[in-house]
Amino acid sequence: MITARLAAEDDFDGWRDHCRGLLRLGARAEDIVWQVGEHVDDLFANASVPPPGATAIGVPPDFATLARSVICHSDPQRFSLLYALLADLKAGRRRMEDAADPLLRHLHCMAKHVRRDIHKMRAFVRFRRVEEEDGEHYIAWFEPEHHIVRHNSAFFVRRFAGMRWSILTPQISVHWDRDRLHEGPPARKEDAPTEDAVEEQWRTYYGSIFNPARLKVKAMLKEMPRKYWHNMPETALVPELIQSARNREIAMIETELFPSAPDTLTSLRADAVRCRRCPLYGPATQIVFGEGPENARLMFVGEQPGDQEDLAGKPFVGPAGQLFDAALAKAEIDRSQAYVTNAVKHFKFKPMGKRRIHERPNVGEINHCRWWLKREIELVKPELIVALGATAIRSLTGKNLPVTANRGQMFESLEGVPVFLTVHPSFLLRLPDEATVKAEKRRFLADLQAVKARMKRWVSV
Amino acid sequence: MEQMSQMQITEKLAILADAAKYDASCASSGTAKRSSNKAGGIGSTEGMGICHAYAPDGRCISLLKILLTNSCIFDCHYCINRKSSNVRRASFTAKEVVDLTLNFYKRNYIEGLFLSSGIIKSSNYTMEQIVEVARSLREDHDFRGYIHLKTIPDADPELLEVAGKHADRLSINVELPTRDGLNRLAPEKSEERIEGAMGGLKISILDNKDARRKYKSAPTFAPAGQSTQMIVGADGANDSAIVMRANGLYDRFKLRRVYYSAFSPIPDASAVLPLSRPPLMREHRLYQSDWLMRFYGFAPQEVVDAADGDGMLPLDIDPKLAWALKHRGQFPVDVNRAPKAMLLRVPGLGTKAVDAIVRTRRWRSLRLDDIGRLTVSVKKLRPFLIAEDWHPGGLLDRDNLRPLVAPSVEQLELFA
Repeated sequence: MITARLAAEDDFDGWRDHCRGLLRLGARAEDIVWQVGEHVDDLFANASVPPPGATAIGVPPDFATLARSVICHSDPQRFSLLYALLADLKAGRRRMEDAADPLLRHLHCMAKHVRRDIHKMRAFVRFRRVEEEDGEHYIAWFEPEHHIVRHNSAFFVRRFAGMRWSILTPQISVHWDRDRLHEGPPARKEDAPTEDAVEEQWRTYYGSIFNPARLKVKAMLKEMPRKYWHNMPETALVPELIQSARNREIAMIETELFPSAPDTLTSLRADAVRCRRCPLYGPATQIVFGEGPENARLMFVGEQPGDQEDLAGKPFVGPAGQLFDAALAKAEIDRSQAYVTNAVKHFKFKPMGKRRIHERPNVGEINHCRWWLKREIELVKPELIVALGATAIRSLTGKNLPVTANRGQMFESLEGVPVFLTVHPSFLLRLPDEATVKAEKRRFLADLQAVKARMKRWVSV
Repeated sequence: MEQMSQMQITEKLAILADAAKYDASCASSGTAKRSSNKAGGIGSTEGMGICHAYAPDGRCISLLKILLTNSCIFDCHYCINRKSSNVRRASFTAKEVVDLTLNFYKRNYIEGLFLSSGIIKSSNYTMEQIVEVARSLREDHDFRGYIHLKTIPDADPELLEVAGKHADRLSINVELPTRDGLNRLAPEKSEERIEGAMGGLKISILDNKDARRKYKSAPTFAPAGQSTQMIVGADGANDSAIVMRANGLYDRFKLRRVYYSAFSPIPDASAVLPLSRPPLMREHRLYQSDWLMRFYGFAPQEVVDAADGDGMLPLDIDPKLAWALKHRGQFPVDVNRAPKAMLLRVPGLGTKAVDAIVRTRRWRSLRLDDIGRLTVSVKKLRPFLIAEDWHPGGLLDRDNLRPLVAPSVEQLELFA
């Protein structure tokens, strides 16, 4: 075993001098122990003493560039890996040009990490200003991942030559006095100032320049990993900004998009024709908006238009609509006196050959379309809403309520209107056998009769 | 008193930064090298810009990007600051912007300033204010950081000359990809005047380069060139139209960058605009197509060729893969023999990987394993290449190739 001592973690010159001697000895990488600073724990090992003024060894220039970066890496294996590469290069076992060589690839990767850390330090150091007797002093606390502070201090000199500044790190501290750079011992976080009045303005800027309609948290984390956050004043805002983003965006779109919200059903319907809140408008033939008198006391809300409704532009005209009409007639409810609409106003389907197969709208689509339903409810002001099926009740109440367990019961819409829940008439079209169909039709009729019973009470009011 | 003025500035900052966030550019790279080393002062620029923070929208914060004022005499429908919008208005004085810039810069929050403004009183008056900020930073404070000024197209050419003397970059937004869109959504702006001003800047920038070649001491004029921005998704232009328009702008005005900004819903928006979330994926695909033209040797017509029948680039796969799937006859590409230009066409091979392949193959033949070490995922690009120990055989001709090489759905949602 040969021990090679280096003066510091980033002592490239020391490492190079040792290599000159070690290569001449023909030492193998696995026989060398690299140590930084003074140690006394390896009395029996041979010490490698760099020959004074050793003759330079020829290396490809891109090796020197690579090695200077890799030396700054925090991995203790770096000295040994670099030596192994150097020995292989000299012996002709590897070539710098071979970009796909596993060892070279590994070292290039390490160099990349170092370069990234250097770059992130330039980006994420945050100075705080303190007033001292001899003027203002800008002080930063930073925790780099690799041994890059010495290497990086020249950058801060170029940038902040006219300022007195210090960067404190757990490795070393560097101080610029507007003339010369001084190096000091490792520092602690407590040595740095804890606040700066300008940080409040910076946080204001950070929160205001962020566009909540473009939330991309992963893209942010990729470039600004959490490990850097605790020394950056603005990052304290991130959780709140993310949490409020969706609401702010909805507010941007929904409450403001029609500065003067349409105040009649006719103008609401005219606006809805060019709705592009969600992509469903694309494949659909047309929007199917609600129908019925503006002063209707009863409102029916279905799921979404089907194939025939999409073509006709009217709600509940297909097979389910015919069933619905028949049941209403039996329950003695006059459809022409009720407002009939859907939770989602465009037909969502999957093309299958020549047919268009109904697809259930998802929560996003329901939420987008809720804007229109809300306006319909506000303009019609019904006294009772009948929710037909799961999508309708989800849209009206914002809750996922299983229909079979809750049908026949009363809920409240987000606007505070009483909601009666029953099944969607298309449910009756999908039943397996005649007996079940009969039983379910009876239950549906019973539900509508319960609605009718409530309506009778209105008349007496 | 001090306390009060501080509060007012913070309040104004909130309004005037909020109003500036629809401008996409935050670049601070590609300018002349400067440092504060010998002469004192503060600030440096070193080629590559630095992103000092990232907002939760994934965008880099490199510059203090603000408006001098969000009052405006124009009434452009897509703009939050248009005359008829009822957003809160605020104005900075030139000195307030200078102080904010220096305070932020000295704490290492930013690379410099990106200053834009609503039009108040007149185009010249507004431009004078903008120029005064830059002048004061450079001359009164010896500030050597980055300055990007948004230029008012109708301002006097003399003012633009002064702006270019102080600024690293100047930009004029073309705003919308089509003339029709501009006429409809920005009735007071004109394509002729915007392009006229861009043409003027191009000449000044080229003249200055020429002068600097002859005399090293000649003052610089916008050393980081000029850029522009187009809003995507506010008018009916399809991707093909946008790509061709961008290409025309690069050619005619020697632009450094054309930025795309997915139209984002704005508070108190005009009713003639679409009501949906910003088309971020579409914006991303347009940027990818921009890269294909700038770094991968694709002609604009070839990018357009990657679009679907309706002139839109596919959203589920990137334009390079879309092009490859349409031109399977040009693949597989032999990594050990193909010209570099053809390697650049292989979906999944970036410029760095291509350089590494070209460098390595001079010395030995590459195997599939080697390619795996040079790229993120060899699985997706296997069908398109031949290596020492690999031939895709009939893989390339399979009907279901697209799902094999397309990114999985979860990955896609990262961008959604």
